[in-house]
Amino acid sequence: MSAVIENHHDDHHHGPAKGLTRWLYTTNHKDIGTLYLWFSFAMFLIGGAMALVIRAELFQPGMQIVEPEFYNQMITLHGLIMIFGGVMPAFVGLANWLVPMMIGAPDMALPRMNNLSFWILPFAFFILLSSLFMEGGAPNFGWTFYAPLSTTYAPPSVTFFIFSVHIMGASSIMGAINVVVTIMNMRAPGVTLMKMPLFVWSWLITAYLLIAVMPVLAGAVTMMLMDIHFGTSFFNAAGGGDPVLFQHIFWFFGHPEVYIMILPAFGIVSHIIETFSRKQLFGYSSMVWAMLSIAILSFVVWAHHMFTVGLPLAAELFFMWATMLIAVPTGVKVFNWVATMFKGSLTFETPMLFAIAFVVLFTIGGLSGLMLAIVPADFQYHDTYFVVAHFHYVLVPGAIFSIMAAVYYWIPKWSGNMYDERLGKLHFWLSFIGVNVTFFPQHFIGLAGMPRRYPDYALQFADWNMVSSVGAFLFGVSQILFLFIVVKTVMGGKKATDQVWEGARGLEWTVASPAPYHTFTTPPKVD
Amino acid sequence: MSAQTYYVPEQSRFPIFMALSLFLLVMGASSTINNLDNPDSNSAYILYAGFISLFTTLFFWFRQVIKEHLAGLDSNQLKTSYVYGMAWFIFSEVMFFAAFFGALFYVRSFAVPWLSGEGENGVGISAIGLWEGFESSWPVMTTPDKGAEYVLAEKSMAWPGWGHALEWLPLWNTIVLLSSSVTVHFAHIGLKNGDRKKFNRFLGITVGLALIFVGLQAAEYYEAYAHYGLTLNSGIYGSTFFMLTGFHGFHVMMGGFMLAVMLARSVFAGHFEDHDHFGFEAASWYWHFVDVVWVMLFLFVYIL
Repeated sequence: MSAVIENHHDDHHHGPAKGLTRWLYTTNHKDIGTLYLWFSFAMFLIGGAMALVIRAELFQPGMQIVEPEFYNQMITLHGLIMIFGGVMPAFVGLANWLVPMMIGAPDMALPRMNNLSFWILPFAFFILLSSLFMEGGAPNFGWTFYAPLSTTYAPPSVTFFIFSVHIMGASSIMGAINVVVTIMNMRAPGVTLMKMPLFVWSWLITAYLLIAVMPVLAGAVTMMLMDIHFGTSFFNAAGGGDPVLFQHIFWFFGHPEVYIMILPAFGIVSHIIETFSRKQLFGYSSMVWAMLSIAILSFVVWAHHMFTVGLPLAAELFFMWATMLIAVPTGVKVFNWVATMFKGSLTFETPMLFAIAFVVLFTIGGLSGLMLAIVPADFQYHDTYFVVAHFHYVLVPGAIFSIMAAVYYWIPKWSGNMYDERLGKLHFWLSFIGVNVTFFPQHFIGLAGMPRRYPDYALQFADWNMVSSVGAFLFGVSQILFLFIVVKTVMGGKKATDQVWEGARGLEWTVASPAPYHTFTTPPKVD
Repeated sequence: MSAQTYYVPEQSRFPIFMALSLFLLVMGASSTINNLDNPDSNSAYILYAGFISLFTTLFFWFRQVIKEHLAGLDSNQLKTSYVYGMAWFIFSEVMFFAAFFGALFYVRSFAVPWLSGEGENGVGISAIGLWEGFESSWPVMTTPDKGAEYVLAEKSMAWPGWGHALEWLPLWNTIVLLSSSVTVHFAHIGLKNGDRKKFNRFLGITVGLALIFVGLQAAEYYEAYAHYGLTLNSGIYGSTFFMLTGFHGFHVMMGGFMLAVMLARSVFAGHFEDHDHFGFEAASWYWHFVDVVWVMLFLFVYIL
């Protein structure tokens, strides 16, 4: 099939191209996965630096370091960058690396579109970050960009923000379509749906959520754009619209979005706990059904973010109960992981440490979520630091720990080298302590009434804020260690075997370490 | 077996050019929009550059895909990937419209009645004298601020009653678009039976109907702006009306353009076989989707 297309060379089965163009023009799922992961790490550091600006300002009451206006830009960009630039691309990177290898496919289903999905992101975040230097400053209305803060009272850079969200959305939709099509169409013979590794299942569901809600976000920002520049009144009561409408549309996107950021973590943690418990997962199908239920429920709980906007009583009750229902499948998952570990031959390598920390700390985040789901209680907690503590518990020791666990778990397969176990464990313990010192006290100051998103606070919140800031710097600095460990592993180290982990099961462990540039050009046989 | 190997293309320049085009496009769009009241601004040139480079990239990208297909590189499995990919893309478009329909249903069922003080037992905005005298109705002709910030429309696009049905453009638009869905189906049947003449004829008619639809829609917009006083500025009715019909019209143009490309491929290059014509099928699915959206629009924006 070689000579028919001029630029279709016969070196199909050879290694990667040389130089920069390898990365610019690549169609290889492993290259693109690597690009995604490094991009997400860069964003993680930038967003993290912004978090440290926030925590430095909050170290003491009073205004110390930044202007309130700049503080608002920091909280906005921190949220947007961590969500759209940090967590989501990291999971897409993992999907790129792992899904084709796990289902025995030669590559992603649509390799060129895959490259496009990635390369949109650096441009989109360039636009977003460049808004810091624009007249009037960067977006300053919080990552949820509620109208009218983001419309009537927004800085001019909001237009750039809107369009960068548009292309980020396009990138996510294309990435998600690629994942869905790959999983539905590219499985090796014998890999039936209910034999798919759980990470693949979790991504199938995630991708479906992404395709369903990213267009809704595009719709929301488009209405903002029209309201700001073209005189419509979607979010302005004077013309018959409603600012609360913005919140409904935003959270219809936003709630599935938070599951987009946690479902792949469920898949990752299931694999790791299984491997280091040297047991089969306690309940595979219950895990699949739990993830599906969570995904479906995620579409009917959005207004629990809006309990205090003046919803009708019936709506408050409906959204409260629907939200609480999510605890059921989540409980199924947590007990599933615990039962898998029960009577297992456990060892505690770095990925396992992160995975166990995930189970414990994500559960804490889930329980504070349940507290927030109770309408009358939420009237008190709403927009306090308790909410900040809650979603950082599910996102940092939840999503981000799972990403780190995944990196430690699969990096021997990616690079062919073992990471330094001693340093890995050190990184884990520093991160674990850092995360808890940062975010646990935020529960206290939140319950005591400290509102979120303010650069200054009353004196009674001073002590725990100081503790929280110390923890944040500890956590932030430990991530430099992570960078060091990853670079060291990629550069060299003890050679990894193909199997890597004694208890690991799955197609990706049957190929060489490092995984060859092209795997499964002919589909493997799976029984 | 080798014919059935999944085709993983070599390195490609298209994606990075596409990403760069999108970057130019959105940078140009943002700065143009931010400089709308500044006649000295040159931002629009970035926007044009973005458009040109986007269309150029798309042209060469699709040309490459068609070449590869004609060279027999696509396995049946890859064709299935395209089918799934298009289906999920259309699903994402459905969700895009869902956001605007959701906004429409929300303002009609909740926001507008609430603004007139409904369901508040005398404790809400009406009790504090906000938007006093605002009467809830749909279409909202008098905005809550009584035209202080927004311009009041004189006439809406709603169903004018049986007496005026025949001079009501939306009805004609519905007829045109529904027939175009039928003609594109006839074209498909023609192609499946190997009747290229029938295919070309009916596809040509479909593209013609698409043009007529866009023309009628333009006429309707002209009417709205020139004679009804109905603009983007006339409150929530104008907002939802123009947003929904506008995005639909934009999708009609895209779908019509896709079908026109398919027609050109068939007429000038002889592409498509009775058993192998996914490019056309994808465009026709898109066309049916656009049609279904119109039916929803006709019901919820015009009639009800």
